[in-house]
Amino acid sequence: MRKVIHRKLSPNFLRLSLVFLLAFTTVLSAQEGDPAKGKSLFNANCAACHKLDKKMTGPALRNVEARLSEEEGLDRAWLYAWIRNSSGVIKSGDAYANKIYNEYGGAAMTAFPQLSDDDINNLLAYTAEEKQAPVEAAAPVGGAETSDNSGGISNEIILGALAILFILLAAGLYLVNKTLRRFANVQGIDLPEGPGKTPLWKAFVQNQFLMIVVAIFFLLSSAYFVYGYLSQIGVDQGYQPVQPIHYSHKIHAGDNGIDCKYCHSSARVSKHSGIPSLNVCMNCHKSIYEVSPETATEEYSKEFYDGEIKKLYAAAGWDDAEQKYTGEAQPVKWVRIHNLPDFAYFNHSQHVTVAGVECQTCHGPVEEMEVMYQHAPLTMGWCINCHRETDVNVKDNAYYTKIHEELSKKYGVENLTAAQMGGLECGKCHY
Amino acid sequence: MKSLIKILVLAVVLVSVSCNKSTAPNYQFMPNMYESAGYETYGEAAFPNGVEAQIPAEGSIPRGFVPFDIENSTAGYDLAKATLSNPLDSTKVDLNRGKELYDIYCGICHGNKGNGQGNLVKREKILGIPSYDDAGRAINAGSIYHTIYYGKNAMGSYANQLNEEERWQVVSYVLKLKADLEK
Repeated sequence: MRKVIHRKLSPNFLRLSLVFLLAFTTVLSAQEGDPAKGKSLFNANCAACHKLDKKMTGPALRNVEARLSEEEGLDRAWLYAWIRNSSGVIKSGDAYANKIYNEYGGAAMTAFPQLSDDDINNLLAYTAEEKQAPVEAAAPVGGAETSDNSGGISNEIILGALAILFILLAAGLYLVNKTLRRFANVQGIDLPEGPGKTPLWKAFVQNQFLMIVVAIFFLLSSAYFVYGYLSQIGVDQGYQPVQPIHYSHKIHAGDNGIDCKYCHSSARVSKHSGIPSLNVCMNCHKSIYEVSPETATEEYSKEFYDGEIKKLYAAAGWDDAEQKYTGEAQPVKWVRIHNLPDFAYFNHSQHVTVAGVECQTCHGPVEEMEVMYQHAPLTMGWCINCHRETDVNVKDNAYYTKIHEELSKKYGVENLTAAQMGGLECGKCHY
Repeated sequence: MKSLIKILVLAVVLVSVSCNKSTAPNYQFMPNMYESAGYETYGEAAFPNGVEAQIPAEGSIPRGFVPFDIENSTAGYDLAKATLSNPLDSTKVDLNRGKELYDIYCGICHGNKGNGQGNLVKREKILGIPSYDDAGRAINAGSIYHTIYYGKNAMGSYANQLNEEERWQVVSYVLKLKADLEK
């Protein structure tokens, strides 16, 4: 009998213990969760609108679960429902859901039905992490900087020491010479002064042939320098003005690989390459409000770059704390670098879109320029030279097919240059 | 002493010649031929706000412009998603041009494959870019166009970088990327 009873009891007991165990494990997994997995999920799904410590399109999410349960009495089940289908929660008439929806101007949060309970637990574990002190990242950077700095300084010290040494040597020789002369004077020794010979310069002046040669040489060389000076008038090659906002092409176009035409979009379709209006900057800088520590260089610190982003916010009238435009915009007085004289016509779209010339052909290695400067001389000779050397790209361009055939027959060449297509005619650029 | 002065002069000349990157523009010969009386593009001008680049008069439209009636709001987004369709037929869709434009303006964040892994995302500058095959968003031609036109959440408007026809080319290309991702 006992055995029978025991058999009856044991499955019940097992079931109970299983339920107990399961309940316990679910509680455990609900409490914990993997912050590392949570971080990658957060970056992939949430970070477009949320940051941990800063209001963005949506609210800041650091310790969101603890804050919700303390302030609003909402548990994790509410968060599950909200994340998977926020508009459903709003429609159900939930008070806090409607409050937050209206607070953020009716921006509907995307539904994430694909996130499992575990995923959301991981996410919440990530948001519950303490804020990391920035000291950790700053320390090695600072160390690297000082060691680099000491390298730079030691070079300068060596050069400076050499220079001082040379100056001392020269001064020493001069002093020794002077003292010896004084000794000679005191002891009444006559220093040999060139015994009655005509001095060298007098002999030189008396030789007429040498004088003529020298005169011709002098005239030619001065003509060379005068010509060189005159022909660089009005040429601004190397012009590198200080801009009102320190915009680094190296960071944007070089390191981050943003296409030139992203910002200078009118280069594709119009005469001007266009200075981007500030809303183009704000496309990215709405989200990027500071530079990463790795962006900072020896010359320009992170604080400096962050300050420049602040200047952009001030000019665009963007309130970073409130995440909205104040409407008080200020135009930025960029200094124009490339400027053709008004009697020369130049069209960007003809070169960029039709001819397919790379921007760097004329503007140089812009993606390496921390501060923008004029790479090319932008003289007429420079234009003409390129037109003479560049073959016209007629591939896939029906517009040119016929004229290319006729002209290449006329000139007896395989590929026409821009010059042979009429790229040297005065009226093409001057009218 | 004289030789010292000579050396100094030589040094000054060398230094001034070697610094060819100047912060001031060069002299101009007959500047009135370089600078016309008309306003320079983006220059200063005698308008109330002092700039040459003025906003067009209110209500004026460029030639060939078709107004976009759907408003910039969540309701507008839903309306566009439900009703708006691509006016370009299959003969006018040019995926090569769409790709060219997409790679310039969208690929930097959304990735050249549309999977949300653009260069800025890989370098952790901008985060949370969704993949085009995201089930919760379920984008279509109308919603893509609305998003390019007005922007959405952290994404800005691209209406001033792409004209109407180019926007629809990009929409077509995004739908192709989405179809590729869903394969």
